Amino acid sequence: MLIGGINVEILIASLMVASVPILLAALGELVVERSGVLNLGVEGMMITGAIGGFIIAVQTQSPVLGFVGGAVSGAAISAVFALLTQVFLANQVATGLALTMFGLGVSSLAGQGYNGIKPPATGSVPFGPLADIPFLGRILFSHDWIVYASIALTAAIWWVLKYTRTGLIIRAVGESHEAAHALGYKVNRIRLLCILFGGATAGMGGAYVSLVRVPQWVDGITSGAGWIALAIVVFASWRPWRVLIGAYLFGGISVLQLNLQAAGSGIPVEYLSMAPYLITIIVLVILSSGRGKASMSAPAALGQNFHASR
Amino acid sequence: MLRLEKRPNPSRFWLYATPAVAVALTMFVGGLLFALMGKNPFEVIRTIFWDPVFGEFAFYLRGQLLVKAGPLILIAIGLALGFRAGIWNIGAEGQYIMGAICGAAVGLAVFPTENRLIFPVMIVAGAFGGWAWAMIPAILKTRFNTNEILVSLMLVYVAETILAKAATGFLKNPEGMGFPGSRNFSSFPAARNSYIVESLGLHWGGVAALATAVLAYILLTRHIAGFQIKLAGQAPRAARFHGVSPARLVVMCMGISGALAGLAGLFEVAGPAGQISIDFNTGYGFTAIIVAFLGRLNPLGIVLAGILMALTYVGGEMAATNLGLPSAAIQVFQGMLLFFLLAVDVLTNYRFRLGAGAARAAGVK
Repeated sequence: MLIGGINVEILIASLMVASVPILLAALGELVVERSGVLNLGVEGMMITGAIGGFIIAVQTQSPVLGFVGGAVSGAAISAVFALLTQVFLANQVATGLALTMFGLGVSSLAGQGYNGIKPPATGSVPFGPLADIPFLGRILFSHDWIVYASIALTAAIWWVLKYTRTGLIIRAVGESHEAAHALGYKVNRIRLLCILFGGATAGMGGAYVSLVRVPQWVDGITSGAGWIALAIVVFASWRPWRVLIGAYLFGGISVLQLNLQAAGSGIPVEYLSMAPYLITIIVLVILSSGRGKASMSAPAALGQNFHASR
Repeated sequence: MLRLEKRPNPSRFWLYATPAVAVALTMFVGGLLFALMGKNPFEVIRTIFWDPVFGEFAFYLRGQLLVKAGPLILIAIGLALGFRAGIWNIGAEGQYIMGAICGAAVGLAVFPTENRLIFPVMIVAGAFGGWAWAMIPAILKTRFNTNEILVSLMLVYVAETILAKAATGFLKNPEGMGFPGSRNFSSFPAARNSYIVESLGLHWGGVAALATAVLAYILLTRHIAGFQIKLAGQAPRAARFHGVSPARLVVMCMGISGALAGLAGLFEVAGPAGQISIDFNTGYGFTAIIVAFLGRLNPLGIVLAGILMALTYVGGEMAATNLGLPSAAIQVFQGMLLFFLLAVDVLTNYRFRLGAGAARAAGVK
């Protein structure tokens, strides 16, 4: 199917791939924010995961270990944020910014000597004849396992937050840490675990950029994906399925933008490449104004540190 | 068991001691990092922190200090005003770029006219460019309650794209044989940001930075607007009762920080950088965030912090050329500094106590 010189089938298939990094990072950040912590260091965690995963994958020649490595390095660097905000009670906004700057530096330092290397390829899951179904086969059955894993993770997070005791505790801590503390929950410990989880998914998202999307290592490879992930959490009003929709929307915009560049449309390349950022701003504006105020559904204790005095 | 207990009042001692402790810790851990990379940590630390001021080439490098510190101080003072009021403008990098583009465009538009009014008009245009770019998140914040952190940051990427367009398109040097980049201001005396004291590296940007520090100090300590900024940051509810309009405060703080970042960009493009090029921005807008915190959000502290951060830039370049230290190591070093600062800052508001009962006895929340 062709519309305006763009193959819709391939467009949908590739937007699913393009949105995986921001989807993974945004899902993790969603859990972190639902527990009442605003971690602005998503970009730093992603890029650390990108280089961590890349190094492991190149050294072991195993893409699976690469993703594990990405998750571990993302979690490791988020541990610094967790330590600072949960133990030393540092300002979350400032610490998040520090985490991003530190992550960018660390990744560029660690990535020296890894430029121009090709990582081991992550193959698509063999679905056999299913992949040959016209139109749907290309869209649904032609991806690598991370694409499916990211969708499964969306479902899992939705289920955990909505139907399990763990989810209830996380939400309680995020809505009212005083009350959760009074009930005997270790607020800072729960938040610490959530931060580590967010770091792991962001790191995995970063690894997807360097192992599948690009796939090679260049400095600053995530180019703002972490910030877009943060915006998507607001866009999704802190709900997992809406994060998926948001991520696919933004993935779609960036793929469409690249397709338009390739198709040689009349729009200058510069304007196309700033489109994802501009559209993020426009969507944020629409969501934060009007009746469906996005800020209304934000966790009540978001961004506030908790210090148990009793 | 070691536990934290909130102080009734922030400790004045730790308020000022924190940056020193953080710098010491960063040097120590940074030294370990350099040792891990196979460098002699003492040599590296000396190259970064000692040689630029007292070493063999200090006569040249001392000048470089102020060149780097100027934009950092200018931007950081603006950011600090906002941070104090709880307004997070983290897109100073974009405002810096837009200030440079606007200012340079005005100058280049009248090339090669020689008139002493050109440079002052460029300064106004530079400040306007940064101000206008900062007004986007400010207006969206006040009109639509949009998160200013995300919008100002997204606009950095947009500004970078505009910069690329400027360098390869609308501001490209027509006599540049097709190479990207604008005309160089070094061959355009009326629009050049020239050195006032060459040996100190003092150009108009440095003068503006120091003047801004003094003005901002007066604003914060003597003027009602400064009081309102501090009040809004520490007790937003009290500020509303006092009649502080949050919207006006956002527009004011974002406007000031944007204009200052734009000024920094203009002084840079007309002075040390010399031209609009694709890689014109070097991250001053982000490093200034560290400077603002390191200076304790205090204008005079920021001047010192800016000079210290400039030292890591200048010394870092020295270490890169002489000792082969990767420039990314300096970035890590700067990030680490902010981490340690934030961690040590716990001592300003809390104290460590042994035993579990102490906090209850004190009865503070």
